[in-house]
Amino acid sequence: MSKAMSKIKFTIDGKVCFAEPGQTIIEAANANGVYIPSLCRYEGLKPAGSCRICTVRVGRGHMAACTQPVAEGMAVENIVPDLEDMRKSLIEMLFVEGNHLCPTCQKSGNCELQALAYRYQMLVPRFPYQFPVRQVEPAGPNLLLEQNRCIQCLRCVRGVKAKDGKAIFGSVRRSGKTKIAFDHDLVAALSPAEAKKAMDMCPVGALLKKEVGFTVPIGKRKFDHKPIGSEFEGKRS
Amino acid sequence: MAQKGIIESIVAGYKKDPSRLIDMVRDIQKELGQVSSESAAKIASLLNISKVDVEGIVTFYHFFSTAPAGTYAVYLNNNIVAGMKGRQAVAEAFENYTGAKFGGTTADGLIGLYETSCIGMNDQEPSAIINGVVFTKLTKSKVKELVAAMKAGQDVHKLVKSRGDGANQSKLVRAMVCNNIRKKGPVLFAPFKSGAAIKKAVTWTSEDVIAEIKRANLLGRGGAGFPTGLKWEFCGREKAFPHYVVCNADEGEPGTFKDRVILTELPHLLFEGMAVAGFAVGAQEGILYLRAEYAYLKAHLEKALDDLRKKKLLGKNIAGKKGCHFDITIKLGAGAYICGEESALLESAEGKRGEPRDRPPFPVTFGYRGFPTTVNNVETLCAAARILDRGAGWFKLMGTPKSAGTKVLSVSGDCAKPGVYEVAFGLKIQDLLKMAGGQDAQAVQVGGPSGTCVSRGQFERRLCFEDLPTGGSVIVIGPRRDLFDVVHNFMDFFIEESCGWCVPCRAGNILLKKKLVKITSGKGTAKDLQEIEAWGKTIKAMSRCGLGQTSPNPILTTLQNFREMYEAKVHQDKDFISEFDLAAAVKPASSLTGQKLTEAHHE
Repeated sequence: MSKAMSKIKFTIDGKVCFAEPGQTIIEAANANGVYIPSLCRYEGLKPAGSCRICTVRVGRGHMAACTQPVAEGMAVENIVPDLEDMRKSLIEMLFVEGNHLCPTCQKSGNCELQALAYRYQMLVPRFPYQFPVRQVEPAGPNLLLEQNRCIQCLRCVRGVKAKDGKAIFGSVRRSGKTKIAFDHDLVAALSPAEAKKAMDMCPVGALLKKEVGFTVPIGKRKFDHKPIGSEFEGKRS
Repeated sequence: MAQKGIIESIVAGYKKDPSRLIDMVRDIQKELGQVSSESAAKIASLLNISKVDVEGIVTFYHFFSTAPAGTYAVYLNNNIVAGMKGRQAVAEAFENYTGAKFGGTTADGLIGLYETSCIGMNDQEPSAIINGVVFTKLTKSKVKELVAAMKAGQDVHKLVKSRGDGANQSKLVRAMVCNNIRKKGPVLFAPFKSGAAIKKAVTWTSEDVIAEIKRANLLGRGGAGFPTGLKWEFCGREKAFPHYVVCNADEGEPGTFKDRVILTELPHLLFEGMAVAGFAVGAQEGILYLRAEYAYLKAHLEKALDDLRKKKLLGKNIAGKKGCHFDITIKLGAGAYICGEESALLESAEGKRGEPRDRPPFPVTFGYRGFPTTVNNVETLCAAARILDRGAGWFKLMGTPKSAGTKVLSVSGDCAKPGVYEVAFGLKIQDLLKMAGGQDAQAVQVGGPSGTCVSRGQFERRLCFEDLPTGGSVIVIGPRRDLFDVVHNFMDFFIEESCGWCVPCRAGNILLKKKLVKITSGKGTAKDLQEIEAWGKTIKAMSRCGLGQTSPNPILTTLQNFREMYEAKVHQDKDFISEFDLAAAVKPASSLTGQKLTEAHHE
């Protein structure tokens, strides 16, 4: 009881949950065994709130669960039909905004965008494909930036830094033309191990380590057996 | 080349402070006509930051370019009212007389032609900014003269042949811009004795000043209507110091220009309002974030600041109050609508890309450089000074129960008297139309593209927070206009001005616009109408900031108020029409082979 007293009490879809002060909705949800789908979020990085897939509803307001701190008495709506459909439509927007050809992608089976599409049972996007013309850019001796697949989650921008803290990746341009770019010298200085880390951080097949691919056979990839989010569901820490 | 020395001296001039990156890039753009990849690398190495950080800035703002922008860079406003006033002919004249195409320069690099979003001159369109100088009411023949003068190498300042009214004529402004103040109200455009507000404020406690503003029920004039007194209270009680006062002079909502007129005619009142805010929240520093389109007012505004310093109303021990210090600096934007959003403005003021922040924390707790900051609109701060001067009771006598005081409106479009009107809140649209000479309007766009498109049947509605809120933009749309042109223009605007950070705004608006094109080109069905509405609602609900949360409004509010216009466009008898256009899809190939598609191919 005393444990619960010091915590913030709130609900997700009616289920009573407890949060530590300062926790975001998504952190608290995961700790309470509730999965809130997310894509740009990455453990240990400052949240960006860019994909908006973790959007939940509190009262009449919509907010990103990855950036919004929990407040006492909050009644969070998570798995409700209209919200789930809007989340699904964001996933579909990402599929048509870029060129995502899963069967030929090294990340297939480990890709979080693909895994979310499976979880949401996306058959074909409701939106017309845009088929943008994008480039594959060599990024130093160890990496490729496959712009066709980039969803601008900003994980690399937030998480891959030079030793002195300088940004290696960053956004350039704006509007629908926004894309991820990099400092050529700084990206070239990444070691093979750092490049591998950058690739693992990328939720899709946009950042790829050169000279390796398809190393894990189908059937042994991350999302081959259980859908994304099952690591949180029903568990309570 | 000599440019090495130029970049070094510019960067050194800002003490190699990365938070001045936008200022550095602006100066380099001005000196070298572009900020090339080499220049970006040079800046990055001088500041010891990543090159991608510099490129992020250069490519974000309208008035910076990675390629040579031209010795003369012409930025022609592309908003809908410019279109109503003959922009197309002017644009064609620019292309014909220069030989350049929009988006590029003449072969010799002398003249560059670019489109830009609303530059705050809607009452005197078509207008353009050439090397920072504003040219209004352009015609084909004026363009001919301008191009000839540019080809002759003349200084653009010398091409301003006539001067506008009021302070536009002053030595420090020398602009052909007109104020067009059509109606002066009792709050803003009324006699004010400089010093009256701040001298009174310093004899009170800051709590009393805030209480007076709260009692007056002053709501933010930028459009959102947040209670100003509450904002000041939140900011003032924060324990971290310093606190800041930031004036949002980045009015970018298409159709609004009232802040431009206030900045031109009432800078002393505005700065005094900032001083009052500073006293109330415990700030010693104020920042005026001025949109780049109004850079021509900077010297004039600096002069006003100097005047106030001389009168001891700014600086140390202001208004004779010991220990009460407050001064103001001006920071320039560089062309980005999104920077009118307060957290994006703060990012930009810190020298970064104008990308909104996640909130909470709000600027009152985590604002400029991470310190408590109150961000207020130009008009709000002026009204605050007047409330101190005349009292909350006086202020509340005007307007409606929930919207006290007056509102300065920017009226443009199909009306006889476009310009600035200061009216009491609660004015009916039909009464405003009568004043402005636009009674035959088929529609009125209230609050700019992010606001509401109101139909004739609703002209009884009132301009106030209870009914139709507006940051000031009122666009009159005459009976012969195709309302779809307006909707298309507004959607193009939002697509262009999205910062690109979040998915629904970046990708969704483009898809929404494609659906609109499908419908207006006669390929829509009833299902398309359902979808465009649903998609619009998704973008509103899921977007990260106010831009995406309102960007579908041009479609959604016309769907609501002009439903029959959409119904008439769609095929009610068909379930599905493909938007695939075979002729367009095979055009590259068929143009190579010389093959023409016949109707048979389409079937």
